[in-house]
Amino acid sequence: MTAAAALRPELRDPLARRRLGWAIAAGVALWPLLRLSEFHPATLLAPANLHVMATFVAGFLPPSTEREFLGLLLAATLQTLAMATAGMALAFVVALPLALAATRSLSIAAVGPADGRWRGQGIRQGVRALMVLLRSVPEVVWALMFVRALGLGPAAGVLALAITYGGMLAKVYAEILESADARPARALLAAGSGRVGALCFGLLPLAAQELVSYTVYRWECAVRAAVVMGFVGAGGLGQLLDQSLKMLSGGEVSSIALVFLALVFLADAISLVLRKVLA
Amino acid sequence: MLRLEQVGVVHANGRRALAAVDLAVGRGERVALVGPSGAGKTTLLRVAAASLRPTDGHVALLDAQPWSLGARALKALRARVGVVHQAPPIPPRLRVVTAVLAGRLGQWSLARALRSWVAPADVAGARDALARVGLAERLFERCDQLSGGQLQRVAVARTLYQQPRLLLADEPVSALDAATADTVLRELVDYSVATGATFVASLHAVDLALRWFPRLVGVRDGRVMFDLAAAEVTPERLAALYAGDTEAVPERPVEAAHGATPPLASA
Amino acid sequence: MRANLRRLGGVACVAAVLAAIVASFAYLAVDFRGLFTAEGRHAMARFVAEFFPPDVSAGFLRRAGFAALQTLAVSILGTLIAAAAGGLLALPAAGRLGATAKWGARFVLSFLRSMPELVWAALMVLAAGLGPFAGTLALALHTTGVLGRLFAESLENAAPAPEAALRELGAGPVARFVYGTLPQVAPQCVGYALYRWEMNIRMATILGVVGAGGLGQMLYFHLSLFQQAQAATVLAAMIVLVVASDTLSGRVRRALSAQSH
Repeated sequence: MTAAAALRPELRDPLARRRLGWAIAAGVALWPLLRLSEFHPATLLAPANLHVMATFVAGFLPPSTEREFLGLLLAATLQTLAMATAGMALAFVVALPLALAATRSLSIAAVGPADGRWRGQGIRQGVRALMVLLRSVPEVVWALMFVRALGLGPAAGVLALAITYGGMLAKVYAEILESADARPARALLAAGSGRVGALCFGLLPLAAQELVSYTVYRWECAVRAAVVMGFVGAGGLGQLLDQSLKMLSGGEVSSIALVFLALVFLADAISLVLRKVLA
Repeated sequence: MLRLEQVGVVHANGRRALAAVDLAVGRGERVALVGPSGAGKTTLLRVAAASLRPTDGHVALLDAQPWSLGARALKALRARVGVVHQAPPIPPRLRVVTAVLAGRLGQWSLARALRSWVAPADVAGARDALARVGLAERLFERCDQLSGGQLQRVAVARTLYQQPRLLLADEPVSALDAATADTVLRELVDYSVATGATFVASLHAVDLALRWFPRLVGVRDGRVMFDLAAAEVTPERLAALYAGDTEAVPERPVEAAHGATPPLASA
Repeated sequence: MRANLRRLGGVACVAAVLAAIVASFAYLAVDFRGLFTAEGRHAMARFVAEFFPPDVSAGFLRRAGFAALQTLAVSILGTLIAAAAGGLLALPAAGRLGATAKWGARFVLSFLRSMPELVWAALMVLAAGLGPFAGTLALALHTTGVLGRLFAESLENAAPAPEAALRELGAGPVARFVYGTLPQVAPQCVGYALYRWEMNIRMATILGVVGAGGLGQMLYFHLSLFQQAQAATVLAAMIVLVVASDTLSGRVRRALSAQSH
């Protein structure tokens, strides 16, 4: 019996207090969370909302096949695809010099004695900061601002894609280039070639497959992003969807949704093929 | 207590693992299964544990026919059967205390099980079980901080905590060094003697089998080769059993424990 | 021979891609030249200049702060609901309730995942009215699709031996899962949920643009009225929120990796 009493302090679970603490903290934090986000599941069942949703959802079938609408749908789809492709092309143009500037492998200063060393480092950090900034603001926000500046239409979407995806591509390009074997490039730099030459003949052949693969994957994401940006006025499927939603025409919405799903599927397939062939 | 009648098992890929196995084990008996690797010892134990349904023949354990029971009755039956596996089936991130307490999940209600997962109940019981295998001080550590041998001992502690009426062990001490293996087997045998539980174990080390078990069943190629008291197991029989298998035959007579008489010395 | 065909295929693809790019620009008929004329540049410069200085009056900062908290709350709640719903759907999706349930669950998860969050938000504004609740629902719906699929994959990769052993000692299905599989998949699943939360914060800031409350709605509002100074403050708040939550989630992730059961 005394042995059992002596055992008691060893039987206390060391994690018990911590777990209780977390449980209480979670409980305490839950109430303000629910209030702040105006969490009222009952509104879903409010008769007015329910009626609107019910009629809307009832309109989903059959999907709209009205001739004029189908014409709009085709044009919008092409516009979305064009927006994504053009945006990615520009993003590529933006990303390449940024990635070049940020890659240490191509730093001439690292090869041999050169007085630009700290300045080179400063430029690299500056470029990286710029890339982070470009990436932090969501593309929809850029699209919103460009729509304000340039008016409705795909131009805003193309520019927004160019900027945000340019930043994203630049970061990943820099990472890929840095992780590739730097020796051929360094050898070229030491032999006196310029940065561009070192890139083309030194780094690029090694890194090309990964670069292409990531770019094509990003294009696929760009197609989806283009639809989303259409919601804020950048044209394409997104804008059409926004209009149909506002008019509560369920048939049109379901047609657009089907086309969107098909488009995403198509983009996925194209991306797979391209990655296999271009690699 | 445990009865296999003409039990045969054919796996899904067509391979026959057991053929016409007859085995009857009485209440409180201790039996060791010996034989070369791939002989079917594991399959036999799985049939005995009612976790593998035999293709031919009948199996009865604890006075019940497991495969004609309803789901709830089968679950209750399984709660009284404890299985120690060759490799400890314990998720690494679990703490030792929770792993041991899992032994009684077949006897606890769901509510109690869930509560215990968050805040372990009956820590004292878990500690007792661990003390028997020499790991009491590791109570609140995570299982991935233990060595393979220690984890196996935790698995044994879990089965001891379960307090089964029928104890089945598949190579329970293969991963342990000789001294620890002896300790663990002693604990299992002590448990069997103290509670009257039936104990069937498959062992690769024949010397351990001869030391701790009064009855040996030799299995080879899915059939029972012999079923004898330990005293009657001669080196010739063992040699025939293990023909082609290089590891297990003992070369010198071994000390017996717990009343099992030593085998005849070789000439 | 095959190598040549491959190279030809590669060249053809590159040519096709270039053609597609040119066609895209042509189709859009975007007059970028308008941007680069002196007039265009002045207009852009004026537009950008109006963002500075941002409005930092106490009252507005308080409103922006509240909107930021609201956005944060939406992201947390939405991710929590999605983790629970995704967990529930992951069980049939991993095949634990039979083949038909598996295909059904996977179809539902796929559908939830394919619709962009913004589209869900627009739909939820219809169902629940303007405001952050629509945003929470939208995030929950989309993220359930994402997390459900990730959880299901984790479940399928978990070792079956622990659960099998628990079945042998008579444990019921729920207890088996909690003691046998959950400890194996929990760290990975929590990691997925945290990662999604990081993305959902960015998403939550945007959803307001279609009326789902928080910083997004404020941004849309002020930009529509061409109040760039206020919009600038809101943008800054967005960036601060994203950066702060990234740091926080990094800390939480490190703390949880030391957790145990």
